[in-house]
Amino acid sequence: MPEKFDVIVVGAGPAGTSCALVCAQKGLNVLLIERGEYPGSKNVMGGVLYRKQMEELIPEFWKEAPLERPVIEQRFWMMDKESVVQFGYKGLEWGVEPYNNFTVLRAQFDQWFAKKAVEAGALLINETVVTECIVENGKVIGVRTDRPNGEVYADVVVLADGVNSLLSKQLGFHKEFRPDEVALTVMEVINLPKEKINDRFNLEDNQGCTIEIFGDSTKGNLGTAFLYTNKDSLNIGVGTTLSSMIKSKMKPYDLLDYLKTHPMVKPMLAGGESAEYLAHLIPEGGYRSVPKVAGNGVVVVGDAAQLVNAIHREGSNMAMHSGLLAAETVIEAKHRGDFSESSLNLYRQKLYDSFIIKDLEKYKDATHTFENNPQYFKEYVPMMNKAMSKFFTVDGTPKRDKQKEIMKSVTAERGTFKVIQDIYRAWKAVK
Amino acid sequence: MHIVVCVKQVPDTKIIKINPKTNTLDRRSAPAILNPYDAHAVQEAVSIREKTGGTISVLSMGPPQATAVIKKSIEIGADRGYLITDRAFAGADTLATSYALFKALEKINKEIPVDLIICGKHAIDGDTGQVGPGIARRLDIPPVTNVIEVTEVNLEEKTVLIKRKLSSGYELIQAEMPCLLTVEKEINQIEYSPMPNMIKAARYEPVIWAVSDLENVDRVQLGLKGSPTIVGKMFTPPRPEGGKKIEGSPDEQVNQLMDILLEQKDVLTLQSSKQ
Repeated sequence: MPEKFDVIVVGAGPAGTSCALVCAQKGLNVLLIERGEYPGSKNVMGGVLYRKQMEELIPEFWKEAPLERPVIEQRFWMMDKESVVQFGYKGLEWGVEPYNNFTVLRAQFDQWFAKKAVEAGALLINETVVTECIVENGKVIGVRTDRPNGEVYADVVVLADGVNSLLSKQLGFHKEFRPDEVALTVMEVINLPKEKINDRFNLEDNQGCTIEIFGDSTKGNLGTAFLYTNKDSLNIGVGTTLSSMIKSKMKPYDLLDYLKTHPMVKPMLAGGESAEYLAHLIPEGGYRSVPKVAGNGVVVVGDAAQLVNAIHREGSNMAMHSGLLAAETVIEAKHRGDFSESSLNLYRQKLYDSFIIKDLEKYKDATHTFENNPQYFKEYVPMMNKAMSKFFTVDGTPKRDKQKEIMKSVTAERGTFKVIQDIYRAWKAVK
Repeated sequence: MHIVVCVKQVPDTKIIKINPKTNTLDRRSAPAILNPYDAHAVQEAVSIREKTGGTISVLSMGPPQATAVIKKSIEIGADRGYLITDRAFAGADTLATSYALFKALEKINKEIPVDLIICGKHAIDGDTGQVGPGIARRLDIPPVTNVIEVTEVNLEEKTVLIKRKLSSGYELIQAEMPCLLTVEKEINQIEYSPMPNMIKAARYEPVIWAVSDLENVDRVQLGLKGSPTIVGKMFTPPRPEGGKKIEGSPDEQVNQLMDILLEQKDVLTLQSSKQ
């Protein structure tokens, strides 16, 4: 008779590992199944790990986790072909405990995080693909893996199988995603000596910088690019919605090459050696794309539940928090001895009461608005660049006249009514 | 039937980097894995057990993290594992390693008498292939190296029939058990481990022995002290020279390639002689 666990977690990313960790800490019998060679081997993100949600799981994790640099500076670039308008914030308070966020390399971080779950008592099995949920009388009672004698059973199955979540699709929790609900991001890890990184980004050894790049970084398509500093490497990447890529017939690797050779970016990478190339889908449908997250004997967490805030590039923290909420729910359900949908729906309630769904709800129209109104990235970013160039070029024109000229050129390009409409629309989308 | 498989944790030499200054392996640059030949040794033990029944033990010497290769062996199908780990073992060459494993095997043999010992042909980080035969000599049992097939295990007669790889074919050997085999990769294919094995391995904690747990150990024969091997010189073989990258548009590349081919008279002669 195959063994029965309290909980089976499918996927050892931030969501699954968080859930496995908390359940194991409470003495539950947990099986964590990962398809990669080790946790993190298949996981991709730009590279920013937020402190708060991680700290809730492992207090003072920064003392032992494999982190790259605490981020002390966040820059935002509105980039045109040969210029950039930038703003940002740099603060030394982010460089000391308890820190704000960190750059990480997922292959190392996820492995360490999963080790913590194993130390708490979870059983981790790598290189194993869960092919389907075993459903009996409308209830999920376990999973089937691709291994011989591959069935394992549990009171609850936690689906943390990532953006494509074939398992929640199998259960009918969500349909195939539309191309405007997912972004395709490609990135490279570029090795560069620590001293060069410190010089180029004006940093000390244990200080990091992140740059988010809008505008020409995606050739005006809906999306962003990023450049993050690790200890002795840089993460550079770019992502746009799949629909933009299809519409503009762009290839993701061409876009990354374009970015890497952009005159504003190229000098920062000079002399670097490409170490890794990664690509991943990111669920960016937001609030309206969140599927059913609880059923009989099953809950869905992290990317599988589409919990990503694309506007604030938050995802792993939402994944971790959703894993925590799922774990709390499973522990309570275990006390009640009731793993039905109505019992596990507590997870849904917790999720909707948390910052996760509140934030997704706030930006529920943002992606849609920006997708359907390409002028924000295509026209306003170049306009901003032109305006700044004009304003700061000293050519004897009085500043007041310059301001008038700038306003005139903006309204001439878009029309006064449209400009007002654009401002209102953007404000509504992010208010 | 009690089979003991000796396994080693090695850096994955497919991706390891070599320190250009010291010519030594940069062990941090590659993940530690179960020596591939040893994985085939465990798999062969599993295949034999399917026919004869019995128990498979794995034995390894290494740092505490070598527990990982014992767990990997449990995934493949071993029943139990022993890790001998102690600072006194550090720096051992093949002579000292075979002595330490021999002492551990003596102790295992007292617990359950050993019928067969299987090792990989060699470890991919050292490529010496000396530890297996070294153990056999110390135990005074026959070593059979380069095994490509275990044709028959006869429990009544206490014999094994073995195919041994030669440069020009193979030889068929019958050996008395207990004996020691070292296996080639072609002996079998590693099977995809069943789920129950995976769960067992994830939970498994091997028996861990320090030097003090072994009996009648001559400490002088252990570790660096017991290792007469002297590495005289290490060097990276020169990279083969030659090779040229053809660049340009597809048409230009084809033209360049044709020019190069036409220059090579041998190619043309070969073609004309065929015609």
